[in-house]
Amino acid sequence: MANRYPSATSESRPVQWLLIAICLAFMALFLVLPLYAVFSEALRQGLGAFFSSLQSPDAQSAIRLTLTVAVIAVPLNVVFGICAAWAIAKYEFKGKALLITLIDLPFSISPVIAGLVYVLLFGAGSFLGPWLKSYGIEVLFAVPGIVLATIFVTFPFVARELIPLMQDQGTGDEEAALSLGASGWQTFMRVTLPNIRWGLLYGVLLCNARAMGEFGAVAVVSGKIRGQTTTMPLQVEMLYNEYNATAAFALASLLALLALVTLVLKSLLEWRFSDELAATNGGH
Amino acid sequence: MEVRIDKVRKEFDRFAALHDVSLDIRSGELIALLGPSGSGKTTLLRLIAGLERPTNGKIFFGEEDASDKTVQERNIGFVFQHYALFRHMTVLENISFGLKVRPKETRPASADIRRKALELLDFVQLSGLDKRYPNQLSGGQRQRVALARALAIEPRVLLLDEPFGALDAQVRRELRRWLREVHDRTGHTTVFVTHDQEEALELADRLCVMSQGRIEQVGTPDEVYDRPTSPFVFNFIGESSELAVTAENKELWIGGRAIGLPSDGFEGQGRLFFRPHDVDLVEGDAALAGVVISSRRVGGTRRVELAIGGDAQKIEIDLPFDHPAGERSRLAFRPKRWRLFPTAEVHQKVP
Repeated sequence: MANRYPSATSESRPVQWLLIAICLAFMALFLVLPLYAVFSEALRQGLGAFFSSLQSPDAQSAIRLTLTVAVIAVPLNVVFGICAAWAIAKYEFKGKALLITLIDLPFSISPVIAGLVYVLLFGAGSFLGPWLKSYGIEVLFAVPGIVLATIFVTFPFVARELIPLMQDQGTGDEEAALSLGASGWQTFMRVTLPNIRWGLLYGVLLCNARAMGEFGAVAVVSGKIRGQTTTMPLQVEMLYNEYNATAAFALASLLALLALVTLVLKSLLEWRFSDELAATNGGH
Repeated sequence: MEVRIDKVRKEFDRFAALHDVSLDIRSGELIALLGPSGSGKTTLLRLIAGLERPTNGKIFFGEEDASDKTVQERNIGFVFQHYALFRHMTVLENISFGLKVRPKETRPASADIRRKALELLDFVQLSGLDKRYPNQLSGGQRQRVALARALAIEPRVLLLDEPFGALDAQVRRELRRWLREVHDRTGHTTVFVTHDQEEALELADRLCVMSQGRIEQVGTPDEVYDRPTSPFVFNFIGESSELAVTAENKELWIGGRAIGLPSDGFEGQGRLFFRPHDVDLVEGDAALAGVVISSRRVGGTRRVELAIGGDAQKIEIDLPFDHPAGERSRLAFRPKRWRLFPTAEVHQKVP
């Protein structure tokens, strides 16, 4: 009986098993089962139907648009995220607390509202919309609107990942590099960036996954013009509403695949660079 | 390289961290900036480095006014308390960093950089560790790498900010001796910041004692220890005992009793300072006499606490641990060296 509890914080065997079982059952029900459903539904009518539905012009256009949006939104948010994290972690200024709160805004606000904000800003009744239109620039119900809404929704990811990391690291390394004669740019490229690269990569992966998967905000500003302003998530919904289940799930499986690839990529990098990761995170 | 600090003032958000400080650092000397936390010693070091800009005043490197130069232009070697090694680089890459980032015209060939870095690694007695990462080294080893990295750029001045502050006592003592050797071999003008008086007394050619953003005293360790010029230095460096006295008729008095010390022309209320170990036991009335409150042996000495005079001011003196007087209940003594400061001056105490 003396060995029943090896230490004060460990539970008895049955309790451990129960907890693990609950955890696994939960994951199976809410994560594995839906994923399985998506892929099985997509492949129900065989590989031929799967690929031909992906090759339809509308599907191709949706895939292209989603990639375009991600290619624009993710780099912009990387630049913004690094700037914001740098400013917050390394300088003291008025309104810093406000900036940190504002960065979280897209997380706390409903994506639909984020979309509506752009409708108000660039819609027919707004000041900016008609003015831009007179120069031939369409924002709402066009690609620029989708890009703007996506940037809004995804901008906390990189910044959120980097702020605690950079705050923790302080400015000692940068001061050391400067004292050794490095310019500001050299210091950033050779010292700051390598110090944050793992956090940055993680932020980029999350940011990218969200940029490609965003539905709510994009749905409001896109206008859902088939073949022009429908991204993959929008196309999935439209196909599903038209009872075209195979095509809908084929496209959905592509999105799900993206999520899986992201996870595998991250694990692979962590495994490949685990030594260096330990060295970088090992503190001073 | 001589460094001259001329009436430098530094304010952070209107709070003055340094008040018009002037200091001449001689070429090739090892000087310690010593003071409690908040005394401005690190600020002064960072101002010399160019990591901070003075609010007022100038800093000269030799004849050249360096006040407006950036940290890169000053060509200094800076060693940080927490090493600040680049954790994603190997030891060798860390040491060669300063040479690798030079513009093409002044950058040595990569083979030369490597050779120089390896030489320095050897110089800091870490040969063979070139491929390690900083987190695979002990604290002492990391600080050696940091020093090698700073030396690689052939700095005009070497600046160390509490270089041993994060190390344990044993390693501290070892590195202290080693730093002295390095200094003697390279001859760099070296400024180091410390709050540890033992470190400063042992290591430095000269001390600059600081308090509350001002320089209290500059001098050799012996001068500062033997002849402190202010109550603060007396309290901060070494141990001191302090008594309130009255100076009258060319003598010092406590509670109406002459204590056998001349007043040296001073009249009025004052504070008498002396070192607890720097006393002679005497017999007779004209001396400092007190009742023994406690007497305990501390290693090789016996520390006796005495209550002196009518208002029983408490002070400590040291005797050899086997001195027979250690058993007595009443002792009379005379400080061998002492200093008297007018009472008004004694408002600063070690926090």
